[in-house]
Amino acid sequence: MSFEPKIVGFLCNWCSYAGADLAGTSRMKYAPNVRVVRVMCSGRMDPTFVLKAFQRGADGVLVCGCHPGDCHYMEGNYKTARRISLLKRMLAQLGIEDERLRLEWVSASEGERFARIVDDMTKRIKELGPFAKQKVSGGQHAKA
Amino acid sequence: MEDKGIRIGVYVCHCGSNIAGTVDVKEVVEFAKGLPSVVVAKDYIYMCSEPGQNMLKEDIENHRLSRVVVAACSPRLHELTFRRACQEAGINPYLFQQANIREQCSWVTENSDSATEKAKALVAGAVRRVYYQEPLETREAPMNPNTLVIGGGIAGIQSALEIADSGHKVYLVETSPSIGGHMAQLDKTFPTLDCSSCILTPKMTLVSSHRYIELMTYSEVEEVTGYVGNFKVKIRKKARYVNQDKCTGCGVCQEKCPFKVDSEFDAGIGKRKVIYTPFPQAVPNVPVIDAQHCVYFLKGTCRACEKFCEAKAIDFDQKDELEEVEVGSIILATGYNVFDPSPLYQYRYGQLDNVITSLQFERMVNAAGPTGGKIVLKDGSTPESIAIFHCVGSRDENYHKYCSRVCCMHALKYSHLIKEKTGAEVYQMYIDMRCFGKGYEEFYKRLSEEGVYFIRGKVAEVTDRAVTKEEEGKLIVVGEDTLLPGVIRVPVDMVILCVALEPQPDVEAIARLFNISRGADGFFLERHPKLDPVATTTDGVFIVGCCQGPKDIPDSVVQASAAAARLLAMISKGRVEVEAATAEINEELCSGCRVCNNVCPFSAIAFDEEKKLSHINEVLCKGCGVCAAACPSGVISGKHFTTAQILAEIEGVLA
Repeated sequence: MSFEPKIVGFLCNWCSYAGADLAGTSRMKYAPNVRVVRVMCSGRMDPTFVLKAFQRGADGVLVCGCHPGDCHYMEGNYKTARRISLLKRMLAQLGIEDERLRLEWVSASEGERFARIVDDMTKRIKELGPFAKQKVSGGQHAKA
Repeated sequence: MEDKGIRIGVYVCHCGSNIAGTVDVKEVVEFAKGLPSVVVAKDYIYMCSEPGQNMLKEDIENHRLSRVVVAACSPRLHELTFRRACQEAGINPYLFQQANIREQCSWVTENSDSATEKAKALVAGAVRRVYYQEPLETREAPMNPNTLVIGGGIAGIQSALEIADSGHKVYLVETSPSIGGHMAQLDKTFPTLDCSSCILTPKMTLVSSHRYIELMTYSEVEEVTGYVGNFKVKIRKKARYVNQDKCTGCGVCQEKCPFKVDSEFDAGIGKRKVIYTPFPQAVPNVPVIDAQHCVYFLKGTCRACEKFCEAKAIDFDQKDELEEVEVGSIILATGYNVFDPSPLYQYRYGQLDNVITSLQFERMVNAAGPTGGKIVLKDGSTPESIAIFHCVGSRDENYHKYCSRVCCMHALKYSHLIKEKTGAEVYQMYIDMRCFGKGYEEFYKRLSEEGVYFIRGKVAEVTDRAVTKEEEGKLIVVGEDTLLPGVIRVPVDMVILCVALEPQPDVEAIARLFNISRGADGFFLERHPKLDPVATTTDGVFIVGCCQGPKDIPDSVVQASAAAARLLAMISKGRVEVEAATAEINEELCSGCRVCNNVCPFSAIAFDEEKKLSHINEVLCKGCGVCAAACPSGVISGKHFTTAQILAEIEGVLA
């Protein structure tokens, strides 16, 4: 059986979760690999959530928030942007590929964009291969 | 997972075939039965229906459930429905969790097996999460009965009057010197051919004399703080340089002012004085001085208006004033802007004479307009033939993809007015005739019988290069009639471009000011396109009229009244529910590092100097959770989105 990556998606309630819902109402088909966890704001993203996901067998983590300037809570997405870039540096040191963690801005009207991002991320992670396998062979993995 | 006597019920909805057509709901139910702490799992055709909810309530009692998971549509649709059902059956509404297996699963997945797998994962996530959920108390705050309406067009006027008629105070803010909006610029209204200002001006007068409406024209909102029920809004009243209390509206200043500039109200085809009211029926009837063009402000001379003003109302030293108002809710009625057709080079707008926009034609045909209602060419003569182009900037991949909804109808109206006033030949260059409203199709039929030519096809270009004798001195419309073979050339005297309705140039700034979203078309986004077209994602902020999308006058009025009704319901209840899912600091463990103090965008966290601890003001907290993620000691919990709950959900979806 071909490798089907598991991706955990953290979506902010106001823009990205609504955007993902719109993809559904518009019946856009996209890869079934993303499992969404709703947060009120992408600013709620604690780095441990990402590490926990990898620890529990996720092959990728997608974080989506409102476009810069459009945050429902004014500036939560800016804080996420900074946290994610710091976290990416740490993940690199742990030998985790950059593409396994992705931050994207998706507005409430961008259902199509959300679908495209999920498809693209799924494709890239398929190319990278499973995260768990890397754990077994290389031993380089994150422990949250 | 430790067992604290937690008993979870899981309900999987078929949603007819919307979910069950793709997801094997029976398999999901069987899977759910095997999850820890789940004591009952069932499927049902429509969980949101009354029998569905009753089943839920009965199970809560019979199985002594302490937590409930419903796997159905998006929580954005029915979370409240099921929370309420739980509450009615005696469970705290925050002990409910919804798994979105429709919008984010069955509708977006082609393969039935992978949709079922995904649904199982989402249900497992919800079950693990709900285990850690805690009961919360919804809090209530008093509702300030005052309302702020922004925009004084027909939509804003309608909302303001409806609310004020109930005896509640309304602040109506308008950026231009007078209320009236675009409707005041129109001549007749379709399909009844009522005179636009005849039906509008009585309403404008009502606004100005209403004891419950405080009108602030030539004013703009600068800052908005607070939340539903208790907003604080800073409004800048721009300097008019005319004392509103002293001015009698006699108009002498406008007569004596020696300088003229293009009139915005006349869409550039007429002139106005530098001290002006936009139109004779302006409300309030108090002029403003356009400081950008006034010779006194530019060179320090003139002061003619001051000299002739008997009421001594001219005040060159007037400054902008800031006023703060407190309101419970806000209605945005900021309207639309008309598309500038200059980028459509092929239509030669701004280059050839007698190529005008629909709004310019409205002003020309209006008896109070610059030509006194005469339809004339640049040289003063009467046109013998006129072409009207539909969909200029609308239904166009390069500009606006949407249909502007009013152009077909106003193009028909123009045909009638042209026929009536000049007897000229009229050519309608249309793509599709969209006459959807009450009496609209009948109006189309009537015009077809008045001898108007309908040519189906998008015009390729307008040119003044004549190839035959009849074309000399004319504007030649070149295009294709898709109902007939070959290219057509129609020589006419005048071209009217029915331009698109587009979002206001400052729409982005307004959206940010009020913290609301915009759709792909740039207009403000409603909370739900069908079931909640007047509310926004920010509680207490409503949108009416064309700022939500192009619409005609009846639709704007309907929406304006709908928002007023929603608002009056809130006012009569007198209280508003405020977010229960706020953040909380465990004071025992807080180290007082103050990291959270600075990350809070609402300044809801303050440092208690005495205890050397941070403290969250629950009234100001909006529950974004940014502090919970930032706290280095991990002692801030975002209620209903605690770290334990989110980690459990992550484990669940990956199990």
